[in-house]
Amino acid sequence: MKIIYSDALIVGGGLAGLRSAIATKEKGLDTIVISMVPVKRSHSVAAQGGMQAALANSVMGEGDNEDVHFADTVKGSDWGCDQEVARMFVATAPKAIRELANWGVPWSRISAGERTVIMNGQKEIIQESQDAHGLINARDFGGTKKWRTCYTSDATGHTMLYAVANEALRRNVIIHDRKEAISIIHDEKKAIGVIARDLVNGELIAYVAKGTMIATGGYGRIYKQSTNAIICKGIGTAIALETGIATLGNMEAVQFHPTPIVPSAILLTEGCRGDGGVLRDKDGYRFMPDYEPEKKELASRDVVSRRMIQHIRAGKGVPSPYGEHLWLDISILGRKHIEKNLRDVQDIAKTFNGIDPADEGSKGWMPVLPMQHYSMGGVRTKPTGESTTLDGLFAAGEAACWDLHGFNRLGGNSVSEAVVSGMIVGEHFATYCKERNLNANTSVISKFMQKQSDYLNEILAYNGKENIFDIKDEMRSIMQEEVGIFRNEEGLQRAVKRLEELLIMTKQINVKSKIRGNNPELNEAYRVPKMLKIALCVAKGALERRESRGAHYREDYIKRDDLNWLKRTITRWEAPEATTPTISYEELDIAKMELPPAFRGYGRKDSIIEHPQSMERTQEIEAFKATHPDMDRFELQEQLMPFELPLDYKKKNQRIGAEYA
Amino acid sequence: MHRVYEDGGREIVLTIFRHNPNDEDSIPHFQDYPIIERPGMTLYIALTQIYTSMDHDVSFDFVCRAGICGSCAMVVNGKPRLACRTLTSEFSEGKITLLPLPTFQHIKDLSVDTGTFMNAMTKRVEGWIVNNSPQDISTIEKPIDPELSDEIFELDRCIECGICLASCATKVMRPNFVGAVGLNRVARFSLDPHDSRSDEEFYELIGDDDGIFGCMSFMGCQDHCPKHLPLQKQIAYMRNKMVKVR
Repeated sequence: MKIIYSDALIVGGGLAGLRSAIATKEKGLDTIVISMVPVKRSHSVAAQGGMQAALANSVMGEGDNEDVHFADTVKGSDWGCDQEVARMFVATAPKAIRELANWGVPWSRISAGERTVIMNGQKEIIQESQDAHGLINARDFGGTKKWRTCYTSDATGHTMLYAVANEALRRNVIIHDRKEAISIIHDEKKAIGVIARDLVNGELIAYVAKGTMIATGGYGRIYKQSTNAIICKGIGTAIALETGIATLGNMEAVQFHPTPIVPSAILLTEGCRGDGGVLRDKDGYRFMPDYEPEKKELASRDVVSRRMIQHIRAGKGVPSPYGEHLWLDISILGRKHIEKNLRDVQDIAKTFNGIDPADEGSKGWMPVLPMQHYSMGGVRTKPTGESTTLDGLFAAGEAACWDLHGFNRLGGNSVSEAVVSGMIVGEHFATYCKERNLNANTSVISKFMQKQSDYLNEILAYNGKENIFDIKDEMRSIMQEEVGIFRNEEGLQRAVKRLEELLIMTKQINVKSKIRGNNPELNEAYRVPKMLKIALCVAKGALERRESRGAHYREDYIKRDDLNWLKRTITRWEAPEATTPTISYEELDIAKMELPPAFRGYGRKDSIIEHPQSMERTQEIEAFKATHPDMDRFELQEQLMPFELPLDYKKKNQRIGAEYA
Repeated sequence: MHRVYEDGGREIVLTIFRHNPNDEDSIPHFQDYPIIERPGMTLYIALTQIYTSMDHDVSFDFVCRAGICGSCAMVVNGKPRLACRTLTSEFSEGKITLLPLPTFQHIKDLSVDTGTFMNAMTKRVEGWIVNNSPQDISTIEKPIDPELSDEIFELDRCIECGICLASCATKVMRPNFVGAVGLNRVARFSLDPHDSRSDEEFYELIGDDDGIFGCMSFMGCQDHCPKHLPLQKQIAYMRNKMVKVR
């Protein structure tokens, strides 16, 4: 039996995993990162538009600070997030971006003086101050009050991931790529590592450590149309679920991005609209101002995606061989801007569609349609990143639900969360590993090893008529059609029923090649059942949640119901032979919120079932502010909703003009 | 309003190199896969179709399928390129031969191990920021000239796909050559004001025939780089700098 020991084991080599690895190395811990792919291929690399952090360098970010970023994030989440986590996040994000600058991310910088920008379809001239010259620039993104999204052209995830990966290599983080974690080793109380499969030769390896972190990203590939990379199958999330002890949070909260390109489903960044691009219909008409007079194309993603589908349903979609779509027009930004700040977008449109978006007029318009993009749900953790129910298991980044995003994530908050959670959760994880001795019972390890080995042999021995590729395709179609942007009781019931049947059918297949080594069909045969379990968590969570909140929209319950549904969905897989998850809920406590539920400022105003406590809490906060006029914003915040951060991440962030205020 | 795709409908044949070096019984050979071309078909779409409906055993590497992650470099009708960005309609004969990327450890069929080389290369050229002065990340960041930052970004766009090495004559003769990918990396850090290293220190890293003096200027790297990086210019720039050190 091959066993590899370390102090800290991290599954997943994207931004969250690698930044966590730096945190554990900082404490002198032997750290291994295992990844299905070379770490610089991780899906973090595909983030285009940018990273939110309230630096307030640009004149368009003037007045921005942690408070504004916090409010935007909470509203974006449709009050589904954990506000304490949101506070931790916004306080750390400016530090994260400055740390990344020190590690070499070539952030776009501000030039003092006049600059022409496009706002609301019009050219405007803005004046950047001399003090800001050479500081990190920011662009506008959806659902934000200020220009806060820092960027490197539209390859932000790439420069961030390379900087963090290079830094991890500098610190001698050990990276084992082409290894897939297929099971978490644990007893009743504690996780002590994973069983991984070497994807080159099929060998099973037990990675044993004092602490184990899941940082494997999202589960977008359970949908037919997704912007996610091929590897985003949710396997890391699924093996946490399969422990029967760890739980998942808000799995039905799935984000659909407004502007992937048709038909390849490759993302075109929100920066297109942030920089002034607009959406048009079959008549070339810019329709978003009619639906969202305030934020127009820059309402939150859930709102824009729904408005687009609504507009198509009203007969305004553009017909094409791939179904109806709408147009994204960035030609109004001008060729110079596109070739500097949206070059990957231009490259994608040229390569995959033969369209140069810098061409003037309708010639440059790109066909777009909302598609799955981000998984708000994930392994449920405490604000420290540790599983609420399984000791020794941590999760960070998109794979986790410490719950920064609630029911909708803001654009620019994903790579930001990945790095920030790597700093915060990584630090808690490092402390956990540092303070413990390795207490791994060899009989437990060999039991898990044997179980996985037997399972793979069992799969190879299946002698049924079904085909794993057909099962996967059907799962992805069901998720697309019944658990998509618009959901209803009947469709969701159909989905849950059929997904259960498909899960049973995964044991009625016949894998052609019987080798345990490098066998791509065998990979599918053990991955698809895991994906189906994730799909069932999403579909059942969506069925049970009879309200609409953020990205979860029920046509039969169109209101956000704070009275009954201000709670987090928790799913657990009780027994290995179960075909459906068990659902319970965690209440969100309005009395502890710094920002009580209200209207988001975009979306439908008349569609909230209010909770009486929301008003009480609002009045309580107002009264407190009125009776404490001498308190600054930091003191007030501390009184309203205290939060903690490790290291010196709670230190005040300096800004030009405002200094530490 | 305008047509997005025009091609499609004809039969094309993909000829794929098949071999599993980890399997003693595996014999290297080519296998033909005839498929019907679809509008806008890329090699990603074609290979996925072959894998899911014709041959569940064929191996290849795609991750982002958008030309961003650098996973899918392979030799397409004799040229190294990213398969995900290659449209089948480019080949008027309808015959496409696919081989794994040379110079990297072969895994199976069209899959090769780039991770081991790239991580070792990063360590070899110390491809990271070196700066030992203490930094307080709660204070305002160091200002950087906006044009310089853009210039560094330009070189930072390398996706480590390995195509420069697969196109390189030196690499064939010198297996330890760091390649354009490594030299471009050093050029990138030598430009960065966050990095405190001197030219002498960079010379210690790349001042030999496996480094900057190994390049024979055949320019295969620049000709094939899918990100169109100015590799020859950077190599010439670094060589010029390094020559001055000694």
